[in-house]
Amino acid sequence: MKLSHESIEVNAGLMIVLTLIAISIGGLVEIVPLYYIQDTIEKVDGVRPYTPLEQRGRDIYIREGCYTCHSQMIRPFRDEHMRYGHYSLAAESKYDHPFQWGSKRTGPDLARVGRKYSNAWHTQHLANPRSVVPESIMPNYPWLLEHELDYSDIADRMRALKVVGVPYSDTEEEYLANVDEFGPAMAELLDIHRAEESLLAQAQSEDWDGDRTRLTEMDALVAYLQVLGTMVDFSKYDEGYFAEFR
Amino acid sequence: MAEQHQQGKAVQTTGHAWDGDLQEFNNPLPRWWLWSFYATAVFALIYWIWYPAWPIADSFTKGIGSVTFERNGEEVTTHWNTRAELIEEMQRGSETLKQQAYLEKVAAASYDEIVNDADMMAFTRSLGKVLFADNCAACHGVGGMPAQIGQFPNLIDDAWLWGGEFEQIQQTIVGGRNGFMPAFGEVLDDRQVDQLAHYVLSLSGGNVDADKAAAGRILFQGQEGGCHYCHTASGKGLESQGAANLTDAIWTVADVPGATDDRGRIDAVRKVIANGVQRQMPGWSERLDPTQIKLLSIYVQSLGG
Ligand code: HEC
Ligand code: HEC
Ligand code: HEC
Repeated sequence: MKLSHESIEVNAGLMIVLTLIAISIGGLVEIVPLYYIQDTIEKVDGVRPYTPLEQRGRDIYIREGCYTCHSQMIRPFRDEHMRYGHYSLAAESKYDHPFQWGSKRTGPDLARVGRKYSNAWHTQHLANPRSVVPESIMPNYPWLLEHELDYSDIADRMRALKVVGVPYSDTEEEYLANVDEFGPAMAELLDIHRAEESLLAQAQSEDWDGDRTRLTEMDALVAYLQVLGTMVDFSKYDEGYFAEFR
Repeated sequence: MAEQHQQGKAVQTTGHAWDGDLQEFNNPLPRWWLWSFYATAVFALIYWIWYPAWPIADSFTKGIGSVTFERNGEEVTTHWNTRAELIEEMQRGSETLKQQAYLEKVAAASYDEIVNDADMMAFTRSLGKVLFADNCAACHGVGGMPAQIGQFPNLIDDAWLWGGEFEQIQQTIVGGRNGFMPAFGEVLDDRQVDQLAHYVLSLSGGNVDADKAAAGRILFQGQEGGCHYCHTASGKGLESQGAANLTDAIWTVADVPGATDDRGRIDAVRKVIANGVQRQMPGWSERLDPTQIKLLSIYVQSLGG
């Protein structure tokens, strides 16, 4: 069969196959190299998986659709640098599944909101944004304070993330590897078998939502927000270092 | 266009005929479309040559575009990328240099010198306003007036919990502050809390029951209430504790101004005494550099000036 304009156009099956080939070349050229090009992900200390409590907070962040208004990706531009802080590194979202980069900014970028505000502010703001920022158009999320946090399936959630490459530990060997990589205290929090215990311990370690007697969804969400963008200590690196990874 | 073709040479069709006479033309593409297409191909070529583009083994073509910046005192030239471009802009962009000159001047000057220099003050106000909006306004409100009384102090009056000298404000911003007062509802009974509230309001000339206020005064200054440890015996407050001045009719926690009658005012103060206060101002030394904090100290002070 002659591969002419005409024969392609009158033959729907052939047209589909050739279209798929053309599109997949475009996709493959963009995606595949990222798996083997050496110098795109920065080597930095400090990036770790989320603890069970933070991970539950992250699930709630996604459930509530916070990403429809908030990005978590500071771009390397001067104005963003001045407003939000250091641009986001690829390494900083390597344990994010799915990542929350986004590009829709109805509200501010949240990539470095961790420890910018107090727990009390976050709780108040999420329950009723206009009680602290009168001109805000962010919705109220009062139920976060009412709903008890359901953490019965936290171990399963961690196992699922482990499948896609997040180093939560299931075996003694993996646990010891985490001790080496993240330190003993953190390794304990990342251990699937101790997930419920460590979730409860972290919930008690700080007054997240202003009421220590109850474990609410607000506790988890605030714990998640407070860790965003705080893992890498940028004072340890000079700026030129990051430009090497491009 | 189709008609033109029909009048001229015979029009090519795809050869299909539906419903007897329904045919599909196979006209050549319009010129403008074709040339636009060629133009995008040329653009791609230039792009591939100039910018990082094609993957090769475990690396990629870097392109001939380049960026030069300074790293640890040495000039570094690297292939074009946005990170290097940002560094370059932060080092020698024209806007950056303009701002840098001012920042250096402000960093080297003393507070007095800055306040007395109109040029530096104008700069401080404009940059301070931006920094305040980005970092502080969520709690303290735009312009230093929070959304409601209680959780966050307003910064526009000249009453300061932790002191209003430049150095004190700077210390507040650098290290943050924890405003803490114990909840007395657990150690004192309702009657005592009520008496204390009457006494506290009497300090700023409120309309109160004199007997209750007198009883409150004894509690306030005695061992049992212990209020004087932080607020001092006169009730004027203690900056080292961030303890509020209770004699100035300026309220930072108790929503006295929001009450419409004497009973409401008493209740507002009672609530604070019974529940205590726990307010946290985060520290900014990791987020903001010393010069930015200096600018903010002046900006904040000028709000309350
Ligand atoms: C309709 C869009 C919208 C949605 C949905 C939304 N926000 Fe917001 N958010 C905003 C806007 C606008 C602001 C800025 C005004 C303010 O501070 O309230 C904001 C501000 C914030 C801030 C403060 C950021 C800063 O640096 O000052 C945080 C934190 C935040 N949102 C978290 C959340 C979380 C968590 C959720 C999901 C539970 C969420 N937002 C959902 C619009 C939204
Ligand atoms: C998370 C909320 C929050 C943010 C953000 C915040 N503050 Fe505060 N700030 C507070 C609270 C709460 C207090 C009162 C502390 C206390 O009760 O003693 C306070 C107190 C202060 C005081 C002392 C007031 C006094 O009367 O002595 C100053 C000055 C101040 N803040 C400036 C700033 C500046 C400048 C920024 C931005 C860089 C900022 N704050 C950001 C919550 C915040
Ligand atoms: C440990 C120190 C401490 C003790 C003891 C203490 N206070 Fe306070 N009080 C504070 C601080 C600090 C604040 C200001 C809150 C802040 O900075 O966030 C405050 C604020 C107040 C306010 C609110 C003032 C305002 O402007 O809204 C009242 C009323 C008050 N105290 C009354 C009392 C009474 C009555 C007692 C004794 C029963 C007492 N306090 C004991 C530290 C203390």
